[in-house]
Amino acid sequence: MRAEKSKPAIELRRVAKRFTTDSGTPYTALRELDLTVAEGEFCAVVGPTGCGKSTMLTLVSGLERPSVGSVTVHGKPVDGITPGVGFVFQTDAILPWKSVLDNVSAGPRFRGVPKKDALESARDWIRRVGLAGFEDRYPHQLSGGMRKRVALAQNLITEPRVILMDEPFSALDVQTRAKMSDELLALWDLTRPAVVFVTHDLEEAIALADTVVVLTAGPAATIKARFPVDLPRPRVVQEIRFDQRFLDIYHQIWDALRTEVDIAYSQSTRLDTDRRAS
Amino acid sequence: MTAQEAPIEVASVESTHRRAARRHRVLVHLTQVAVLVVIVGGWQLIVQGDSRSVILYGVPSGIVDRLWTWVSEGTAIGSLGDQIVTTLEEALIGFVIGTALGIVCGIALGRIRFLSEVFGPFIKVLNAIPRIVLGSVFVLAFGLGLESKILLVIVLVFFGVFFNAFQGTREVDRNFVANASILGASRWQVTSQVVLPSAFTWIIASLHVSFGFALIGAIVGEFLGGYSGLGVLIKNAQGTFDANGVWAAMVIMGAVALVAELLITRLENRLLRWRPARLAGPDL
Repeated sequence: MRAEKSKPAIELRRVAKRFTTDSGTPYTALRELDLTVAEGEFCAVVGPTGCGKSTMLTLVSGLERPSVGSVTVHGKPVDGITPGVGFVFQTDAILPWKSVLDNVSAGPRFRGVPKKDALESARDWIRRVGLAGFEDRYPHQLSGGMRKRVALAQNLITEPRVILMDEPFSALDVQTRAKMSDELLALWDLTRPAVVFVTHDLEEAIALADTVVVLTAGPAATIKARFPVDLPRPRVVQEIRFDQRFLDIYHQIWDALRTEVDIAYSQSTRLDTDRRAS
Repeated sequence: MTAQEAPIEVASVESTHRRAARRHRVLVHLTQVAVLVVIVGGWQLIVQGDSRSVILYGVPSGIVDRLWTWVSEGTAIGSLGDQIVTTLEEALIGFVIGTALGIVCGIALGRIRFLSEVFGPFIKVLNAIPRIVLGSVFVLAFGLGLESKILLVIVLVFFGVFFNAFQGTREVDRNFVANASILGASRWQVTSQVVLPSAFTWIIASLHVSFGFALIGAIVGEFLGGYSGLGVLIKNAQGTFDANGVWAAMVIMGAVALVAELLITRLENRLLRWRPARLAGPDL
């Protein structure tokens, strides 16, 4: 495979990220994190709540810098906003004062593409995510699933080679979510960018990804294990979960994830009692 | 209930609802007229018998007479239109400059931490002093013409707009900024296409209050010293024991303020049409 020979799409080496909290105490979110994502690989990252999954994405996107270690994308060290990267946020991040058309064409227009060309390609992408006819609507007039499609089109129009997704479908209802997952896979298949998909839903992770990475419970989270998912593509997200192979993989990964979830849960309840005591 | 009855039922429920709504509106308007009649009529009845009270407090019929004289014959210092235009000119020029300065400074300080750290204390001090007193300074320094009034209006308008623009800039959803940056927006593009539209909800809210301040600034400026304008009219009326004249000028001001309020609300609806329709409820 071509991807094997060339440089990896994303490479994190011995990365640590420390923050200073508002009260001045340092907080370590990630430590000694090594992660490699190949070109065209769909990598899902699962881990208990608050383990620094999102932090990892902000490091790759260039929104934040690592405290220790190096982050490279396509062999280039990340320094400022990484070019050629798309980011789909957990909450709505499309601009509410721009219509669907203006939102989708925003990326090219920020980069200086002539207005006419940008609008033309935006119309094309709006059609591809199934929103033809909604070009002039404002985000508040759309459903949650439609807003996610706008966010997808807004990112895909810039033809990113790396797409980072931070629990993008967590706010959607279960059925919309499965539909959106199928559509995401279809869209991904068009250009096959490398994807890092953060989620707390193991089922979603296995159904979508080539690789599932399990993080340990925070603070100071790191990678616990990495599992290949060798289910054939194309996959139908809603049906693949009945597949025996799927269940085997699920059990295998859940064994690794369960202890971390337990640790995170006991930590969160303990912190709560501490806070109440003080 | 049978299937045939159902549509009739729905139609009658709808028309009942509409009729109730119309009745409610009529009731509100009738009550408003009644309140007005009681206040103005009461004022007229209490005052009109006593010529001393008429001079001290003014009387509605006298106010209407005074307004009519001003409209038909002009005021002692020129036509009524000229006075309104002068005051409006001062208020509008000052309002526009003050608003623009407020928005620019508010966003600059909201976006650039260093600036807010340096200028924060100065602005707090300036905001704390009673700025209306600056009117005297401006009249002394810049004379009795337009300039002193415009400056006073700017000073009054600036702070309200500034604080709202500043707060609005700081309240911008960080995801919007991050998303735009990743899509390739420069710092300036983030400011103009993300921060400014987002802060506009806050800024527009301050414009309603600020226009009131602009009128106050213009009137007080004229009051402190000027050749023409509604403030001068009020001052002269006060000087000649003409309570009706003071009230008449006030009625004109009220009408001007209402029209301005209407225009600002229009601007608001136009600029903020991307927002979901406001929740139903009484609008003031």
